[in-house]
Amino acid sequence: MNTFTYRKIKNASLYVLVCLFAGLTAVPLFAILGQVLIKGWRQLIVSDFFVKSTPTTLDALIALRSGEIIPGGIANGIVGTILMVLMATFIAIPIGIFAGIYLAEYKTSKYASIIRFLTDLLQGVPSIVVGVVAFIWVVIPLKSYSALAGSAALTVMMLPLIIRSTEETMKMIPNTMKEAGLALGTSYPIVILRVMLPSAFGGIFTGVLLAVSRVIGETAPLMLTALGSTMIQWDVTRPNSAVSLLIWEFYNDPNLQSLVWSASLFLLIFVLTLNIIAKQIAKKWRIQ
Amino acid sequence: MENTIKENILTLKDVCISYTPGQNAVNMVTADIQKGLITSIMGPSGCGKSTLLRAINRMHELYPGITITGDIKLNNKDILKMNAIEVRRMAGMVFQRPNPFPTLSIYDNVIAGYTLNGIKKTKDEKDEIVENSLKNVALWDEVKDVLQKKGTFLSGGQQQRLCIARALALKPDILLMDEPTSALDPIATNRIEELLVELKKEVTIVIVTHNMSQAARISDYSMFMYLGDLIEYDTTKKMFTNPQDKRTEEYLTGKFG
Amino acid sequence: MSDKAFKTLLWFAASIILIITGGMLYSLTSGAIPAFKQFGFFEFLSSSEWNPTEGSEKYGALAFIIGTIITSILGILFCLPFSLPVALFIGEYFKGKKIASLLGTIVDLLAGIPSIVYGLWGFYALRPIIMSLGLSPQGFGILTASPVLGIMIIPYAASLSAEFIRMVPNDLKEGAYSMGATRAEVIQHIILPISGSGIFSSYILALGRALGETMAVTMLIGNANGIPNSIFDTGNTMASIIANQFGEAYGLKLSSLIAVGLLLFLITAIINFIGKLIIKRNNL
Ligand SMILES: Nc1ncnc2c1ncn2[C@@H]1O[C@H](COP(=O)(O)OP(=O)(O)OP(=O)(O)O)[C@@H](O)[C@H]1O
Ligand SMILES: [Mg+2]
Repeated sequence: MNTFTYRKIKNASLYVLVCLFAGLTAVPLFAILGQVLIKGWRQLIVSDFFVKSTPTTLDALIALRSGEIIPGGIANGIVGTILMVLMATFIAIPIGIFAGIYLAEYKTSKYASIIRFLTDLLQGVPSIVVGVVAFIWVVIPLKSYSALAGSAALTVMMLPLIIRSTEETMKMIPNTMKEAGLALGTSYPIVILRVMLPSAFGGIFTGVLLAVSRVIGETAPLMLTALGSTMIQWDVTRPNSAVSLLIWEFYNDPNLQSLVWSASLFLLIFVLTLNIIAKQIAKKWRIQ
Repeated sequence: MENTIKENILTLKDVCISYTPGQNAVNMVTADIQKGLITSIMGPSGCGKSTLLRAINRMHELYPGITITGDIKLNNKDILKMNAIEVRRMAGMVFQRPNPFPTLSIYDNVIAGYTLNGIKKTKDEKDEIVENSLKNVALWDEVKDVLQKKGTFLSGGQQQRLCIARALALKPDILLMDEPTSALDPIATNRIEELLVELKKEVTIVIVTHNMSQAARISDYSMFMYLGDLIEYDTTKKMFTNPQDKRTEEYLTGKFG
Repeated sequence: MSDKAFKTLLWFAASIILIITGGMLYSLTSGAIPAFKQFGFFEFLSSSEWNPTEGSEKYGALAFIIGTIITSILGILFCLPFSLPVALFIGEYFKGKKIASLLGTIVDLLAGIPSIVYGLWGFYALRPIIMSLGLSPQGFGILTASPVLGIMIIPYAASLSAEFIRMVPNDLKEGAYSMGATRAEVIQHIILPISGSGIFSSYILALGRALGETMAVTMLIGNANGIPNSIFDTGNTMASIIANQFGEAYGLKLSSLIAVGLLLFLITAIINFIGKLIIKRNNL
């Protein structure tokens, strides 16, 4: 075989291999979606899945025995997740945006580069470690697992994402925008808050959505902080449930295993939709 | 010119500006700028034109490490000792690239100086300011039906006129322009030049330009700067016909720059 | 609000990050000290005993450190044959095309799937395969956890690598093409050597992710406390031992688990730091 054909064959095979293996990467996504969808849709459309709390093992067993759909749902988890994610978001947004503005405004300062470094470091901290820390900071002093502790963990996880997306977006706004604002005699805070921030809205919003979608399915840190609850719990100082925690409970309880899929389906729909919306906004809105 | 009564609006005395200690980007500049005229600043790249112009608007404060000495008096008030915000309302600024606020409509861009500064105006007053300012820059007829559209939808030349309108809306005493037409095509440039000559009645203009024929066409007085020094400052006519300094002559005849 | 007050506000918000990371290090360290005092720091690192029997309590992290390293490296190996093609697909072959952004979206969605759902999928889809192959009687173990881990980190490795591949200057590639090189040769001789250290750093950062991944691994690794004998064996990672035993822990055991958390914190911080450093070094 002459070298020319060899080279051509090599070229073609690399092409085929790259396409094949890149394509194969899509398989797990669709396999997971398919499996969760097939096994979970039936329970999900039962009308009380979203309004009833977790059934007891016994109720589930009785229903299983008579071949019925397991009664009850994940309302307690939904309430817990919403409560904790909302609290975390409301704390993380102002801190994250202001810190991000600081990093964008003081590009060259030494302190800013330290904060930037620590933000990266924080983003890499495994969620379970964040859970341990939230346990030490909130659960031990309050002497109780709580939604508060859970949202503390989630806040810490969201912060780096919001900070970096704010910083990146603010940096993309041309400096002349700031100068134009100041040249009109506008004060510095007003220029930042009313001229720069609105221009950066799309990028920051995307960052917030991605941060929410990152923490909404978190399980490990919540096991160490929120613990779980079988009833709907609005008191943030008491242990609370979360959809992801319920999946973990269902997985560990042989009688509840069929609920695992519907809860996962619910979580997946939520997370993936958030992801897609965030990407869409990022594409359209980017920077004005 | 010699016969008109001189009224100085801006006086520079021994102005030195440096980015790095011991190295003046603007060196001992002294000049009086007259009210109601157009003064152009020329000179090769890096000679300190922008640095000087921006200092009049206190823009240098945005960047740490810039030191400035000497006196800059606007309307007989030392701007270096005043509140920066007051200075910036007296001295409007137009930049090289048109930079309307991207999130605001054309209308809101024009009155941005009021809304951002929290100056309350009634709807009628605002309408009047917007209309007058846009008429001043000859943009009114082109945009009066699309005032609620984003300013960034306009063409480059229109955007730049919008930015001039935005600065004029605050009724500044002096308008500082840093190469305002260098990002525009010849037709848009032409319109802005005509506009500036019209605007002389309303506001004193200081314009930095690389375009010598532009300076010759529109300005009454011209400055020539070189390596931070103000080499020559005279009526435009005199400078272009009979420059006193060799470097000015070389620059104007295209020997360098 | 005055400029000064506003700037102070910004400074304060930024400083919260310093407080959080500093506080993290402080709390983990002080929580871990009882365990280090009892067993000795180096003994804690080098012992693989995990014995909660009252009276003869003894804890060491070695088994979990080894478990973590083996699982993560195996995860990277499983990730490589998929993430590298994805990176070439997005960053070179179909650069800027619709199909590349479609694959990019798919890979991003892969990153969005919660860890626990990956765990479920591994449990119900992969475990039976491992069992039927006779690799492990219960289907649990390192060999079950690491492929799932590998899939989970594809997005992190692939999207960053693609970025580096995309950034290889066009004129270099054109130079090679003009001399008659095929695309495969351009990739082999131009693209990979130039983007190599960048791609390497993507895998370092992906490794940082893998080390701390918790739920999926916890559900699949079999949760045995000894040093795994082989990749077919069951084990525990640092993350999974915390997830498994934190709930009922107190006293020395709690302190030991926090110590494991501290180690995990330090290891991931170092790995991430190295990854970022390589990126910076190459000025990319
Ligand atoms: N931010 C800065 N930091 C340090 N030095 C600067 C900075 N901006 C300008 N300089 C220096 O100051 C000198 C004057 O710059 P300036 O921008 O005022 O020149 P210019 O005359 O406006 O030039 P151009 O015609 O290119 O706009 C130059 O030597 C430049 O290198
Ligand atoms: Mg300039």
